[in-house]
Amino acid sequence: MRTRPCGDTGLLVELDSLEEVLALHADLAADPPSGTVDLVPAARTVLVRVAAAADLPGVATDVLAREPGAVRGRAEGEVVEIAVTYDGEDLDDVARHTGLDPEEVVEAHTGQTWTVAFAGFTPGFGYLVGADDRLHVLRRESSRTRVPAGAVGLAGEFSGVYPRESPGGWQLVGRTDHVLWDLDRDPPAVLLPGTRVRFVRA
Amino acid sequence: MITVLATGPQTTVQDVRGRPGRADLGVGVSGAADRRALALANRLVGNAPDAAGLEITLGGFAASFPTSAVVALAGAPAPVTVDGRPADPHRPVVVPGGSELRLGTPPTGLRTYLAVRGGIAVEPVLGSRATDVVAGLGPAVVGEGDELPVGSAPADPVPGIDLAPPPRTDGTLRVVLGPRDDWFADPALFLRSAWTVTDDLNRVGLRLEGPELVRAEAFTDVELPSEGVVRGSVQVPPSGRPTVFLADHPVTGGYPVIAVVVDADTDVAGQLRPGEQVRFRRVYR
Repeated sequence: MRTRPCGDTGLLVELDSLEEVLALHADLAADPPSGTVDLVPAARTVLVRVAAAADLPGVATDVLAREPGAVRGRAEGEVVEIAVTYDGEDLDDVARHTGLDPEEVVEAHTGQTWTVAFAGFTPGFGYLVGADDRLHVLRRESSRTRVPAGAVGLAGEFSGVYPRESPGGWQLVGRTDHVLWDLDRDPPAVLLPGTRVRFVRA
Repeated sequence: MITVLATGPQTTVQDVRGRPGRADLGVGVSGAADRRALALANRLVGNAPDAAGLEITLGGFAASFPTSAVVALAGAPAPVTVDGRPADPHRPVVVPGGSELRLGTPPTGLRTYLAVRGGIAVEPVLGSRATDVVAGLGPAVVGEGDELPVGSAPADPVPGIDLAPPPRTDGTLRVVLGPRDDWFADPALFLRSAWTVTDDLNRVGLRLEGPELVRAEAFTDVELPSEGVVRGSVQVPPSGRPTVFLADHPVTGGYPVIAVVVDADTDVAGQLRPGEQVRFRRVYR
């Protein structure tokens, strides 16, 4: 664990793995350093945003002294089931990149439990990590300017579902009618960090 | 209630605070691009600090007031008239019922803030009335013909003030280097260069034109896993041309951030307009 400066109101904590990110994020969320405004976990970092008047060196000392253990409690949580029609435009490309056939891609996607590591990109978008690495693929070489709401994609070590129409560079394998962002709900997002997900065939 | 007659290039409802603390939903902070100016306009009409006002980009805004109101303008000094008579920014202005308020184009700066005593009382979304144009949160961008509700007058009186002094700036933004300055062959080039603000500019950020910031050899063709960014982060995509993130920046970014503008100076950045020059001065924290 090491820290990097991020202006006068932030501290970027670097970690070696996504597991360490999740553990540190859980630890910080349960007992935030004094002055914390927001925690932004990502693939290998946790950004700690603090109030303008906060003692940033003190926050750094606090963070570096932590020894978060493994994330517990995740296994007992509720599992959200998302029904997917697997007719994505990039299904064949994903098959080619992974050395699987399209049917095996679908089996790999539906055959494991995914966990939301963190949110970002757009409200309600969760970065899901799987139990194995069969479906690790690069982003598309060129981004699409319009990806429809409900599109299910893969990029790097992650899977995700576009909550609303937006530009995007993920490899699209299918689509779902599951509404992932609804301001009339509290919380409005379905895919919160720690939520577990099973994809099933629609 | 006020009725919008003209919006100029873009007018949005904003508040100072935005939506902090919701990164777990993928929701960014948003709020006024120049929070200091909106805070001042609110103070000048006796509003609470969290009252919403209008962020008017490059002037051109007009509205009719069916009932009398007290308003104040701050930020970019757009000329303002009430029923054709010139009025002053940076002080409380009484707008009589049935009259029209009009803004011209500001000679400097980019965003003018209009506070109305009582605040713009649109429904808050996730605790804020700010429009996040990228995330699609908060009220829609203000359009011609919109009727905007005004809240009831706050308990605080309109302060007895003649004129609040406008802030001074010298075109320099203070930055803390990092978090990814080591990704660049010559991070000092960023500090010693004058940068020109391009017209690729919105509430998300502003793109700068200047020398190409080349990656250090060890980081050529390396992809950065997305990481959290803040208002003021200066992100450098492979083109080598930096973007300074403003109010509606994404929660995470996928390109290295060479430096971060200190929080107070991001309000100054929110007033930069295309063609202006800007320099960065290193500070330590």
